Amino acid sequence: MSNQNRTTYGGKVDRNKPINFTFNGKSYTGYQGDTLASALIANDVHLVGRSFKYHRARGILTAGSEEPNAIVQLGIGARTEPNIRATEIELYEGLEAASQNCWPSVNFDIGAMNNILSRIFPAGFYYKTFKWPPSMWLFYEHFIRKAAGLGQSPTAKNPDRYEQKFFHNDLTIVGAGISGLLAALGAGRSGCKVLLIDENPELGGYLLDYDFSINEKDGKKWIKNITDELNGLSNVTILKRTTAMGYYDYNYLTALEKVTNHHSELSNTLPRERYWRIRSKKVILAQGAFERPLVFADNDRPGIMMASAGQKYLARFGVLPGKSVVLFTNNDHAYMTAYAFVKKGAKVTVIDTRESVNTKITEKCISLNIKIYKSYSIIKTYGDRKVNKIELQKVDKDQGQLIGEIESISTDCILMSGGWNPAVQLFSQSRGKLKYDLKLNTFVPDKLVKDQKIIGSNNGQFNLEENLNESYQAGFMLAKELNFNSVENIKWTGQEEIGFTHSDVEPYMLGKKKITQGSKHFIDFQNDVTAADIFLAQREGYISVEHTKRYTTTGMGTDQGKTSNVNALALMSHIHNKPVDEIGHTTFRPPYAPQTIGAIAGRSVNKLFDPERKTSIHEWHVGNKAVFEDVGQWKRPYYYPKNKENMHDAVKRECLAVRESLGILDASTLGKIDLQGPDTAKFLNMIYTNAWSQLDIGSCRYGIMCNEHGMIFDDGVTTRIGEHHYHMTTTTGGAARVMSWLEEFLQTEWLDMKVFCTSVTEQWSVLSISGPNSRVFLQDLTDINLSKESFPFMKFREGQVCGIKARVFRISFTGELSYEVNVPARYGKFVWEQFIEHGKKYNITPYGTETMHVLRAEKGFIIVGQDTDGSATPIDMNMDWIVSKKKEDFLGKRSFTRPDTIRPDRKKFVGLLINDKKTVLPEGSHIVEKALKQPPMKMLGHVTSSYYSPTLGHPIALAMLQDGLNRMGEQVLIPLMSGKVVEATVSDTIFYDKEGMRNNE
Amino acid sequence: MFIINCPYCGERDQTEFTCHGEAHIARPEKPSEVTDEEWGKYLFFRNNPKGMHFERWTHDHGCRRWFNVMRNTVTDNIIKTYKMGEPRPEIPNE
Ligand SMILES: [Zn+2]
Repeated sequence: MSNQNRTTYGGKVDRNKPINFTFNGKSYTGYQGDTLASALIANDVHLVGRSFKYHRARGILTAGSEEPNAIVQLGIGARTEPNIRATEIELYEGLEAASQNCWPSVNFDIGAMNNILSRIFPAGFYYKTFKWPPSMWLFYEHFIRKAAGLGQSPTAKNPDRYEQKFFHNDLTIVGAGISGLLAALGAGRSGCKVLLIDENPELGGYLLDYDFSINEKDGKKWIKNITDELNGLSNVTILKRTTAMGYYDYNYLTALEKVTNHHSELSNTLPRERYWRIRSKKVILAQGAFERPLVFADNDRPGIMMASAGQKYLARFGVLPGKSVVLFTNNDHAYMTAYAFVKKGAKVTVIDTRESVNTKITEKCISLNIKIYKSYSIIKTYGDRKVNKIELQKVDKDQGQLIGEIESISTDCILMSGGWNPAVQLFSQSRGKLKYDLKLNTFVPDKLVKDQKIIGSNNGQFNLEENLNESYQAGFMLAKELNFNSVENIKWTGQEEIGFTHSDVEPYMLGKKKITQGSKHFIDFQNDVTAADIFLAQREGYISVEHTKRYTTTGMGTDQGKTSNVNALALMSHIHNKPVDEIGHTTFRPPYAPQTIGAIAGRSVNKLFDPERKTSIHEWHVGNKAVFEDVGQWKRPYYYPKNKENMHDAVKRECLAVRESLGILDASTLGKIDLQGPDTAKFLNMIYTNAWSQLDIGSCRYGIMCNEHGMIFDDGVTTRIGEHHYHMTTTTGGAARVMSWLEEFLQTEWLDMKVFCTSVTEQWSVLSISGPNSRVFLQDLTDINLSKESFPFMKFREGQVCGIKARVFRISFTGELSYEVNVPARYGKFVWEQFIEHGKKYNITPYGTETMHVLRAEKGFIIVGQDTDGSATPIDMNMDWIVSKKKEDFLGKRSFTRPDTIRPDRKKFVGLLINDKKTVLPEGSHIVEKALKQPPMKMLGHVTSSYYSPTLGHPIALAMLQDGLNRMGEQVLIPLMSGKVVEATVSDTIFYDKEGMRNNE
Repeated sequence: MFIINCPYCGERDQTEFTCHGEAHIARPEKPSEVTDEEWGKYLFFRNNPKGMHFERWTHDHGCRRWFNVMRNTVTDNIIKTYKMGEPRPEIPNE
């Protein structure tokens, strides 16, 4: 039988539009307008999951976003999503969902043994376990992981698209219940730009499920009229199925809009979810309140739900969750649900914790044949997969004892109501302060932050008529504050059959010791925290609310304790006999509800995750099968394998080509900064460690930059192009950092210096040609006289290269005769291709970054960030020659005489020759004094660069070594991960052409 | 997530800016003449007040200018932003 719990009429589902879905592999039919939860209850499916710790049978507790129990695995394959609340899933054709946290099935669950063995799972179990020896933890881990899983993450790539939207407006209203709607109306009529957000597919909030009137007319018609008017206002944006997730400083909110989650077919045009980033001048919170569970023995069985949830299933979905219903309440308001259930043919018994109930209600109950047990409590429930019987007993409030005879009632559904908790999570996130209201027995907003209002039941205000008036006013008053035309105030009247008032909620907290014995009184359903756990935490000294939370894990589930927090705090207050305000509350943090990482990432995935920077010559490298290396965001050719060469062979061939004839490197990624202004030389004198005043126009100079701690942070060649015009180069990775560094000092320290810095990295393509044949090769293609006399080493010339106006720098990073040809980036590829074509007779060989590294290491040139690590001074790198003694001041200078930088035992930059002439040391290897079987060993330093040198035919390495300069020729030991110990001889850092003859040719 | 009033561009989202720590720490005029201790103070010592804090920010994704911000670290309210070279404002009575 299908839909056996569906009423014949009523509700907003479309009984003419059946929808097929499966749950745990079984097929069911629901209707258009159902949620998964309502369709399951309609089909008499009440057992939907197993609890986290004890694997107890769990059903559907609520009908909204606060649901702790009915969380399911939705969808299959790459789209599967864990921890989705069945109460929020709109039913669509073909929906597939499954229970979580149960194996092998929800009906026969092996983990349920935990329930029987619950004494080994007390509060703080994890902490206690962690204290044991690690070997025991390994034993437990296997057991815990298997038992404690909450759903499964998809393993395949997410096929869906997520978008983000930035939104700026005057007023954002969170929650479109009657309060939010009226506030939006008040503000919307004033003409201000309003965003109204609601997590439900339909506006109207909780009043959609109850009978009420506004201005003496049917309230639901009013909701429709107001919604229609708002839809017609062009200054009002309404977002349904959208949950406000975070509320940060300065009225910044994030919200997750479910765009197509509820569609059975994927859209080609719409994203799955849209993440809103909202900045508003004013914010109104109108999120309403969550009904509070009552804490009683075995209050977690399927079939036990919140009274308001029962009301919603009946009124909204035409589903009757039970036919023989017990309503357990401490307030008047829940009686409305008793009436509604009787109207649909259910038998209802009320158990009221209070001693007296007003006559109006009593009389109506008599007329509807509803029996009321006053001052009674449920003391036990029965039923494995669904509740089937309760036991109840009278409570002597003065003594805190159960008295009299135990009675029992057969039932198939318990509706409970313990009052209402305002949904203060977002308010608290925004730094709003809360206070405990002794009449409502819950936390309500106290101190607001700037440009914010909180209205309706969200503010602890439950009177309908007052809410109507306050909300409408809140809307237009805020608009008025923003200088919009004020609209006229309207007097609203509103009526509910039984309103929720402060005075009739009884503070009611079972869980006194005598009552707890034997059964479990759940406080936090999702994390399986019982009243006994809270007692235990207090006994063991975890008295602070933050400690109790972490020790018991109450409020730490995916529901963030929306139904449990207040009860936990009330119980703590009761245990310590202290006001709840003194107990305090834990901090609420975003997100308000679970959200997908996909939505946070938005379009910043795959290629768009991080920009890729490519030189103008990139296409040629791709066409010529370069292997690429990421250098920052740049894609640089690593090496160019020919035929079936491996990396080693390709690098060897490239290195030898440069040393023997001619190589070409795309050096366009080098950072380039154009410096102009009359104070540039003075500025460079402060930025670099060496002297710049005497540099002639047309000359280049190598420089090192240090920070104020005296540590090297970048290097490069800077060239004087004109009187007050310099061209600075930086490392590829350091370009942006250097630019900011220059700007920092120009803008914050030396405000009077006239220097202007412009990044020109991407304006120039840099073709570095290197090798003994580079002069004869280039001379054929340029009008610049390249003769040794006319264009010596470390000079700069301008002229035509391949017919393009070029800047040519005679500098060398390989130790060979080299020219760096700079042409405007748009000509880079053209000139490169010309070079390749004309260089054939010299066997011109493109080389990548690896060959560049090998060649420079053979020459002992440092790479900042590889041979240095932010803790090396130029003196540590044996570069005293570049540190000016004459200049009175430059950045870092004072630090060269700090006690730490003049320590004699600092590590120094040295070379290492490997004794076996075979082993290429792993970079980062430690150099030790004595090699022992296992650490600790005294470390003398580490290897910073290490390669096989094709030129020399043996490996070479560079290293930072304690007191290195005094160890020349000494033997050192380098233990490898494999256990092998490599012997090496300390040498100077220049392995090839020590006199530097080759680049001076 | 603050809104920061760049003295050059106006109000912009915090994501456009970077904070660079405490402001008004002048580089010694003649570093060679200060003691190790004074130099160490300039390099390493910073205030971490509960309350009013003066700090340097740059508008990286905007005008790229440096400026100073007076911010209450308790409430995160930005009381004032002002240009480099302008004097440190008085702390208002809150
Ligand atoms: Zn700016």
